[in-house]
Amino acid sequence: MTTTVETIGPPRTSVGVLGWLKRNLFSTWYNTLLTILSAWLVYSVLSQLIVWAFTSARWGVISANLRLFMVGPYPPDQVWRPWLVLAMVSLLMGLSAAVWGGTIRTFGNSLAAAYATLIVIALLIEGFGRQVAWLSSPGGEWWKTIPSAIWLTVNLILLVGAYLSARGRKGWQSALLLLWLLSFVVTIVLLQGFVKNDFLPEVTTGKWGGLLLTFMLATVSIVLSFPIGILFALGRRSKMPAVKIFCILYIELVRGVPLVTILYMTQIMLPLFLPGELRVDNVIRAMSGMMFFTAAYMAENVRGGLQAIPTGQIEAAHALGLNEVFVTLFIVLPQALRMVIPATVGLFISLFKDTTLATIVALLELLGVGRSVLAQPEFLGLQTEVYVFVAAIFFIFSYAMSYASYRLEEALGVGKR
Amino acid sequence: MAGEGKDIIICRDVHKWFDRLHVLKGIDLTVKTGEVLVVFGPSGSGKSTFIRTINRLEEHQRGTIVVDGIELTHDIRNIAAIRQEIGMVFQSFNLFPHLTVMQNITLAPIWVRRWSAEKAAQVAMDLLKRVGIPEQAHKFPAQLSGGQQQRVAIARALAMQPKIMLFDEPTSALDPEMIKEVLDVMTQLAKSGMTMICVTHEMGFARSVAHRMVFFDGGQLIEEGTPEQIFKNPQHDRTKLFLSQILH
Ligand SMILES: Nc1ncnc2c1ncn2[C@@H]1O[C@H](COP(=O)(O)OP(=O)(O)O)[C@@H](O)[C@H]1O
Ligand SMILES: [Mg+2]
Repeated sequence: MTTTVETIGPPRTSVGVLGWLKRNLFSTWYNTLLTILSAWLVYSVLSQLIVWAFTSARWGVISANLRLFMVGPYPPDQVWRPWLVLAMVSLLMGLSAAVWGGTIRTFGNSLAAAYATLIVIALLIEGFGRQVAWLSSPGGEWWKTIPSAIWLTVNLILLVGAYLSARGRKGWQSALLLLWLLSFVVTIVLLQGFVKNDFLPEVTTGKWGGLLLTFMLATVSIVLSFPIGILFALGRRSKMPAVKIFCILYIELVRGVPLVTILYMTQIMLPLFLPGELRVDNVIRAMSGMMFFTAAYMAENVRGGLQAIPTGQIEAAHALGLNEVFVTLFIVLPQALRMVIPATVGLFISLFKDTTLATIVALLELLGVGRSVLAQPEFLGLQTEVYVFVAAIFFIFSYAMSYASYRLEEALGVGKR
Repeated sequence: MAGEGKDIIICRDVHKWFDRLHVLKGIDLTVKTGEVLVVFGPSGSGKSTFIRTINRLEEHQRGTIVVDGIELTHDIRNIAAIRQEIGMVFQSFNLFPHLTVMQNITLAPIWVRRWSAEKAAQVAMDLLKRVGIPEQAHKFPAQLSGGQQQRVAIARALAMQPKIMLFDEPTSALDPEMIKEVLDVMTQLAKSGMTMICVTHEMGFARSVAHRMVFFDGGQLIEEGTPEQIFKNPQHDRTKLFLSQILH
């Protein structure tokens, strides 16, 4: 018996939306029950929240204090500086979206959508006039009085413009990475300014606050903890016992202690270590506490990556005559770091949220601002509005980051080689 | 043919322990320039350990190893010098997955030999043509088949223009249909006069290409001879038994 073998497609298991629903939500009686139960739960919570948000919530507390929420006690006539930083980030983001594409482009799109939404909101509230000096100075030179809507529009234009002009320039990748690193330094200089300088007067870190401070705490500590963590991870694998023991002690001690303790300790102990004339303020102390804390976790992440590199890689490199330092820098670390990107993003997310602990050492980061706003007599009893707002901001950024890490994991093929 | 060149590898009474485990028990072996030596023997007999002592991936604890006139000691300058003269190909390829084929090959010539990028790329391209995969130059290792990866690994080792090539079971991790493409490259290399030590159980390759074969068992060099002698008339029972097992 001879039969011709036809090629047939896979069996059709689902017919459109209904098929999908049936298979995933109503396949068995208990699945159906669970579906109905969860739908009811989600509905009752969400509907209440939405009804509340649009009817009885008094969002005036947010718009009246928006500058505080965004930049805290940063001097109003200097708020153009954080705006400029944002503009720089938008520009780099646009370039990155074009050069890397993929997830980063999705981010660029989301950012553009966010700007567009915010422009509309700003126009609605702020109007075209400058009566409400929302996130700008009521007076002074022209660049100090630029209304938020204009700043946002500039950001949107920079983002889209940079994207359009850099499309297909794959060769810019390493230059762009350098620019991001440079922007980190520029940001700090721009926000901090200089003593006795009229154009960029010094704004001590004690005056940083709100979302700006939250971001700076998280970014500074993660960026600085990255190289430190790598050094500790390498040190932990060192053949020199003294180095090795020091690294193990550091990592295990720090990881065995809650962040709050470390924050208290850096508040008290950092001044003891530093020479008398070098006074560091609260923010720097908190930043270094978070940096030391994160470095220990980063070290463990990196160590995980280092361990995952097969010894064959190192042997092959040695067999080619490459020396120890070169092998570590160009063979081992690039592979190890690539593997730990998702874990590092996870670390960043948890650090981003843990910055709220800085309120206990009296810093006015986002949550701290929320609490100080609630302490004002005219906003008594508006806890729900304030905390929902703060939580929403944390959620948006954390979600964006975990989405990014998830997509990165796929793109880098972590786990596959 | 073998036996013409000068002695390029001289091993005298080489011993190696892993903690208490005595893995190499006094190996004496001399390899001449241009010679193709096949090392075979049961798993765990110390074949890998032995050829890895030759480029100091493993350190021997007694005896002497002299490669190209340089004795292997703790002096790292000697080790660096010797590693430049010896190429090694591993069972599991060990290509650098984060670098392209081209970058894998040019890395060491640029950073160790200090060649210009253009010269290194030129040499790499010639080698890729020699191993038959010039079109794969800009792919990443993961995009290649096992046989192609191993050929890149050979090209990578050859790019350093070594005087000696070590092969540690280069075809053991390959699917049967890819073994031949790698053996062909090795045969061609042997014909070009390269000094080669190959740990392999590809007896067809040994029979047609090797000048000499050595049988390892229990950390000792049990028997050596030309392929003719080894296949037709092995002297030791252990050699006979092992050959009967792998030749069926
Ligand atoms: N890094 C190591 N540490 C401890 N024992 C090892 C190590 N490498 C190999 N050995 C042991 O040394 C012996 C010889 O191994 P090997 O040289 O790999 O044998 P072969 O290559 O002939 O199969 C084996 O008993 C093996 O278990
Ligand atoms: Mg072996």
